[in-house]
Amino acid sequence: MTARIGVVTFPGSLDDRDAARAVKLAGAEAVSLWHADASLHDVDAVVLPGGFSYGDYLRAGAIARFAPIMDKIVDAAKGGMPVLGICNGFQILTEVHLLPGSMIKNDHRAFVCRDQTLRVENAETAWTSEYRQGEEIVVPLKNQDGQYVADERTLDELEAEGRVVFRYVGWNPNGSRRDIAGICNAQGNVVGLMPHPEHAVEVGFGPDSREKGRAGTDGLAFFTSAIKNLVSA
Amino acid sequence: MATILVHVMPKPEILDPQGKAVGAAMARLGYEGIAEVRQGKRFEITVDGEVTDELLEKIREAAVTLLSNPVIEDVVQVKVVGQGCGCGGHGHGEHAHAGHGHKDLLK
Repeated sequence: MTARIGVVTFPGSLDDRDAARAVKLAGAEAVSLWHADASLHDVDAVVLPGGFSYGDYLRAGAIARFAPIMDKIVDAAKGGMPVLGICNGFQILTEVHLLPGSMIKNDHRAFVCRDQTLRVENAETAWTSEYRQGEEIVVPLKNQDGQYVADERTLDELEAEGRVVFRYVGWNPNGSRRDIAGICNAQGNVVGLMPHPEHAVEVGFGPDSREKGRAGTDGLAFFTSAIKNLVSA
Repeated sequence: MATILVHVMPKPEILDPQGKAVGAAMARLGYEGIAEVRQGKRFEITVDGEVTDELLEKIREAAVTLLSNPVIEDVVQVKVVGQGCGCGGHGHGEHAHAGHGHKDLLK
């Protein structure tokens, strides 16, 4: 059976096609989902892609979270369906309260675009099981509202429960609390992060690797993790 | 027609880059003695007819769900301005209503 992974397009999504391409390269069927659709079309997992849904008006993700398809995604996520939010998708997941905290403007107040090193702090989530605990990976990062904030109690809870999934290594590119790049929910099926694994899935189009320019494919294991967990489920 | 004003500010402990940028620009332009600038959002919600308690309750709900994010922002004021109050002939700004007993609904 081929896993069906949905990728939602909101008005202003930019990375939906790259996310769909990553899903295909990892070996699953990519299903395009429309924000105004009230059906998930029997997908097994969902990716909320990056971009600037609704122009980031009001707050990043604030209007997208009220899209009709989000009600279905929230229900399915609570039932255990794997959901991955990348960049704007992460912002939407916090606005819809599937993940705690929020994202504000980068501390240096500029847009940032770079190849970013991350440490995998939890290799047991639905989207990270194909990584090794503590493994360092490089994927692109590009945002202006990337500073993860939450109150101290929430941050302590995330740390204690192993829900910090990724941390920035070398440089914290946005002032995120405790260098947090990505987190998950208590069950580990909902993961959100600011960097972009879907841009590091094919040789020739990814970040520079040690061996060769643009050869980095460190993001692919997000999608192979989800597929492996779906097929074995 | 009546207008409801909703005023949202970033929480004091949250970095406000827009306010910081404005403050830095003011200093560059030679405005002296300014300690800090913080920038919030003001929503003017115009409704058909009178503002009922029920409608206000709905707006208050929208203020803490859609219009603000309680993790990073505070709703500092929800207030009726420009209610057709029978006094006639004034503008629609809230200042025209000073002394008319319009409700300040949050604080």
